[in-house]
Amino acid sequence: MKINDVILQTITKVVVFIILTFGVELFFAGHNSPGGGFIGGLVLSSAFVLLFLVHDIETVQQGIPVDFKKVAATGVLFAVGTGVFAVLFGSAFLTQTFLTVNLPVYGETELATVLLFELGVALTVVGTVVTIILSISEDV
Amino acid sequence: MIKAMLVTSIILISIAILIAVLRIVLGPSLPDRVLALDVIGVNIIASIAVISVLMNTRAFLEAILILGILSFIGTIAYSKYILRGVVVERKRNR
Repeated sequence: MKINDVILQTITKVVVFIILTFGVELFFAGHNSPGGGFIGGLVLSSAFVLLFLVHDIETVQQGIPVDFKKVAATGVLFAVGTGVFAVLFGSAFLTQTFLTVNLPVYGETELATVLLFELGVALTVVGTVVTIILSISEDV
Repeated sequence: MIKAMLVTSIILISIAILIAVLRIVLGPSLPDRVLALDVIGVNIIASIAVISVLMNTRAFLEAILILGILSFIGTIAYSKYILRGVVVERKRNR
């Protein structure tokens, strides 16, 4: 018998975008309010887990043709790369810096290199969590 | 006055969570336990909202959103496990 869960799939099409938006919002919450790379990555990965739950693995990987192990490796490369980049300029490992610029819409904004480090952390968390979920829930 | 009402509502929500925990421990079947877990999630969200009104802060609103998302996904995963026996399928149409 072909199982048909229309309600769940229709709800998921809306809810996944809400979760992804909330994850990006948490990622940009920065270092002054709750949020950051790790929590943003966890929320983003919960959106992917919801997709994998509602559809099956092959359908999702047709839509998102990404190997999540490579996503985790890219994240580690970003995070370590910001540390090594500071060493090249003679500072200590993982030294971060920032500059204040005047953007047209946002006004005075603080651009920090912590954002790149946090991007690495978020990519690592997404890749690791999705890989763990897919590994332990594989049907035999 | 309003503070006494909020504290009373937190106490009542805690009693509801305790009753749901009792249902998880005693529950005869698996769907009873899943439903009790969902009830616990909703009650925790409500108690966080009441506490954030009580403390007059907005710092907990993101926690409410995250708990809602996780409770939703958890309930879906349990329901799919009850319905089909697997959580993440490799290929549908079975």
